[in-house]
Amino acid sequence: MTDRAIAPNLFVQAGERVALLGSGCKSCGAVAFPAAASCARCTSAEVEIIELPRRGRLWTWTLQRFMPKAPYRSSETELTFRPFGLGYIELPGALRVESRLLENDPAKLPIGAEMELVLYTHRVEPDGTRILNYAFAPVRTAS
Amino acid sequence: MTDRVAIVGVGIHPFGRTPGKSGLQQGAFAVRQALRDAGVEWKQMQFGYGGSYSSGNADALGNELGLTGAPFTNILNACATGGSSLLSACREIQSGAAEIGLVVGFDKHDRGAFNASPSEYGLGDWYGEAGMMLTTQFFAMKVQRYMHDHGITSDSLVRVAQKAYENGSLNPNAWRKTPIGFDEIKNSVMVNDPLTKFMFCSPAEGGVALVVCNDRIAHRYTSNPVFVRAAAMRTRLAGAFEVYGASMSLEDVPNASQQASRTAYEIAGVGPEDIDLASLQDTEAGAELMHMAENGFCRDGEQEQMLRDGETCIDGRLPINTDGGCLANGEPIGASGLRQIHEVVLQLRGTAGRRQVPGSPRMGYTHVYGAPGISAVTILER
Repeated sequence: MTDRAIAPNLFVQAGERVALLGSGCKSCGAVAFPAAASCARCTSAEVEIIELPRRGRLWTWTLQRFMPKAPYRSSETELTFRPFGLGYIELPGALRVESRLLENDPAKLPIGAEMELVLYTHRVEPDGTRILNYAFAPVRTAS
Repeated sequence: MTDRVAIVGVGIHPFGRTPGKSGLQQGAFAVRQALRDAGVEWKQMQFGYGGSYSSGNADALGNELGLTGAPFTNILNACATGGSSLLSACREIQSGAAEIGLVVGFDKHDRGAFNASPSEYGLGDWYGEAGMMLTTQFFAMKVQRYMHDHGITSDSLVRVAQKAYENGSLNPNAWRKTPIGFDEIKNSVMVNDPLTKFMFCSPAEGGVALVVCNDRIAHRYTSNPVFVRAAAMRTRLAGAFEVYGASMSLEDVPNASQQASRTAYEIAGVGPEDIDLASLQDTEAGAELMHMAENGFCRDGEQEQMLRDGETCIDGRLPINTDGGCLANGEPIGASGLRQIHEVVLQLRGTAGRRQVPGSPRMGYTHVYGAPGISAVTILER
């Protein structure tokens, strides 16, 4: 069984450690996600790849309650599809990133909730390859 | 002082579903009506600007209406197709290159159309594969945060939709002509929280055309010209919160609508207090509500009380989307922005029938917004 990222240069994974990859502008300091070859704010080409903070706070959210049509690609069918959460996570000192959420209960998605980056299997290819995507999940607090 | 541009003819093909009639044919229908309205012939058109998103090139109208050799430029600019066409026509006239010409937009989308491709927007395929390439999600997430920040309740979303269907019932060219009650809208199936089914517009069909000319010759064609005081179009800034944005900056960046609006007011030399009625992009109910503030018609959060008091209804202080907007007309992308202009022209002429705004309005405003962060605004005056 092999794993493959849904896209190259979107995130890094090394053992337990996982991080989204963005770009930071050496000229104006703007942070971008996904990483860009030049800065969209000041147009400088002097950018470097950076790892974004793993934890942040839920800035807004919605639920995708019906199965999207193409270009959506998952292993689901209309029968197995389950609504998924989607939101923007505010990563301190960096930016807000759009992400799927591994939580689809509105009651568990208060704006401001602490969230952390995780990887999940988005789909499985016919040859068994697991396609990994990033998502954010509510941080489990010890009760 | 640059020459002013006058709208002297308008035409519309009813919106909704018209089986057996192509988008192009609906565009030709609108053009014939606009020509008749201005009392001119097709061969008098010195230029044309127009477009559709999925019904072919607007210059193919020549096959329906006659091939005259006049320059015709096809515009493909998402939701701003109509606004960009009008803007180009204004430049053509103001430059002195032509005196009179045509602006047209039309489209025909199937139910459930708009399979946007990430690569067309410069995005990686992963964005679509992951299930994020849906404009409905953007509007839902934007209004979710807006409600949280500014104390707006979902009742306000219901009121926007209720008004749209009410106005649509007064508009013979609307798609949805049946009023829908408060509870039915509120309790319809949730699509993208907090937005329910009846709070969204759907892909549709329709066509709209305008005959525009230099105002020095407008009296030849009509006794009630409507003048374009401003036409402005803007695209997104880095870091702004826009459709199909995988990220945004931590600090607030003005969005495309706010920028287009500000530019239009500057060009016209007027402010929101001078506007008597407005057509604002209402892809869904939350969009109209947020666009009220982004276009300067209220401060953030004031919408709750304004909607409760009916201030944006036809007989209110600032009527918005008097023809039912996108919610009651559906969204044929190429025609949608020009539908707003068509409606404001009728209102300023005082010929809007059962949905006429009382008090002889003088100045109207139109605003469109679409992917991937593009907005066009016009200010019209009689």
